[in-house]
Amino acid sequence: MKVDESTVRNIARLARIKVDDTQARTLEGELNGILQWVEQLNEVDTEGVEPMTCVTDMRAKMRKDEVTDGGYPEDIVKNAPEHTGTFFVVPKVVE
Amino acid sequence: MVNKPSSSNLINSSTGDWEMVIGLEVHAQVTSKAKLFSGAATDFGADPNSQVSLVDAAMPGMLPVINEECVAQAVRTGLGLNAKINLHSVFDRKNYFYPDLPQGYQISQFSQPIVGEGEVVLDMEDGKSVTVGIERLHLEQDAGKSLHDQDPKNSYVDLNRSGVALMEIVSKPDIRSAPQAQAYVTKLRSILRYLGTCNGDMEEGSLRADVNVSVRRPGGPLGTRCEIKNMNSIRFIGQAIEYEARRQIDILEEGGEIIQQTRLFDTKTGETRSMRSKEEAHDYRYFPDPDLLPVEFSQDFVDGLANQLPELPDQKKSRFMTDWKLAPYDAELLVAEKERADYFEEMVGLDADPKSSANLILNQHLGRVNKEGIEFESAPVPAAASAAILKMTSEGVISGKIAKELYDLVWETGDDPVKLVEERGLKQVTDTGAIEKVVDEVIAANPKQVEQVKAKPQTFGWFVGQVMQKTGGKANPQSVNKLLREKLEIGDN
Repeated sequence: MKVDESTVRNIARLARIKVDDTQARTLEGELNGILQWVEQLNEVDTEGVEPMTCVTDMRAKMRKDEVTDGGYPEDIVKNAPEHTGTFFVVPKVVE
Repeated sequence: MVNKPSSSNLINSSTGDWEMVIGLEVHAQVTSKAKLFSGAATDFGADPNSQVSLVDAAMPGMLPVINEECVAQAVRTGLGLNAKINLHSVFDRKNYFYPDLPQGYQISQFSQPIVGEGEVVLDMEDGKSVTVGIERLHLEQDAGKSLHDQDPKNSYVDLNRSGVALMEIVSKPDIRSAPQAQAYVTKLRSILRYLGTCNGDMEEGSLRADVNVSVRRPGGPLGTRCEIKNMNSIRFIGQAIEYEARRQIDILEEGGEIIQQTRLFDTKTGETRSMRSKEEAHDYRYFPDPDLLPVEFSQDFVDGLANQLPELPDQKKSRFMTDWKLAPYDAELLVAEKERADYFEEMVGLDADPKSSANLILNQHLGRVNKEGIEFESAPVPAAASAAILKMTSEGVISGKIAKELYDLVWETGDDPVKLVEERGLKQVTDTGAIEKVVDEVIAANPKQVEQVKAKPQTFGWFVGQVMQKTGGKANPQSVNKLLREKLEIGDN
């Protein structure tokens, strides 16, 4: 697997990260280096091995269905660049 | 499981027949006190951002912990859909940016959902049944809410809904018409409400559907589909499908091509239109959420939930048909809402005739409830009153005509029907002498009509009407008929 410069730009756009031309070329090389390194894993025979999504052999701990949090709207919006009352305010987004 | 093309579902057009292929993704808000991954409350209509924890606001370093009740609710729903329950499932991140999604990703389930394939059986009005396959059900977080009409330049964001648990229920493309799609959502909603896993309130957005529509020549290869987003009314789902199918057929018949896209239904114009944004961004780059371990539970856990499931609409329906000899369609309408079914059971429990009870509920009671635009359970005529009205009718205490008026009287006064009959003198007049007096008066006062009825026996009904009117509807109709026939010398038909 190999990424080209336009793929790098697309990934950057999806992640909302601004990348200029020089950076894009550098990132193209770096990403390909990482991918090549990871691709070495393809040499390992994984026939019959269950995919592992987590290194610990645990299952998810569950929480009781109780209301234990919330009720501090002023704190929630406190760090926002802009808020009115306890609403966040953002530039208009309309579909 | 695949439903054969039925000629009644085809759209006839100048170039030949077309068939709709429809699949739905229904988002159902899980009934739970707290959110899917946080301890904040889920109540609807609270003050902005008052039900938001630091997890829901995606503050750095916050970690999600799953709510066990949401897992149980998803399993219950899976069981209600006769679906495969997966004892091992995984949460993934679905990445996209939107102001009401503070994490920058939605925690959802992609390749390993909690519930697999199942099915829902629909009983249509024409007596046919349609089986719709369920592809999967998965748990995911809801997003917050953006308000666009509060300010000319800005949008306001309220995260109260952010992180509330949703079940996304995906159907197979087994639906072939707008009425089937409507019946599917109605049935699904009914199952969820019986199970108590979602309140089904479409106006508040607790249940919303994305509808995928494509058209093809009957039995031919599948066409390109368009997705109509965020439908929150069963009536509009029908309208949107009809419009969208027609739009696609018009394009294809003019030699055009359907472009796969997301569309919105405009309730004012009854049309669907393309959503401009987001099209190219449909690259969600799913990957397993490293903050969450796989969800695992035992078959015992599933069996325990299965043992406690309430009676579901289909089971109740067949019981109503067996125990109370109701027709399938009447039974279907009664069980569609649990409150209706309970009302019916309370009436027959008080020895009201089952068939008459079903008629009273489905015609008079529902008619009045809809006319007044109120909730079924807040109707002021309780089941006991309806049962009493039917009982007085079957015992001949009141006439059928008075029974209808009495129902409305109970609605308006809230009084006991038996008391109302006493106080207002609504009892049926069965005293033949009194009826005979009125009959004689009517005959004496209308010599012309008396002449006429000899030649035209079908005008007989006019006399019955006159007598009933003069007695305020209280005369026993059988006695009136009998006396009139004798006096006018006409036989029984």
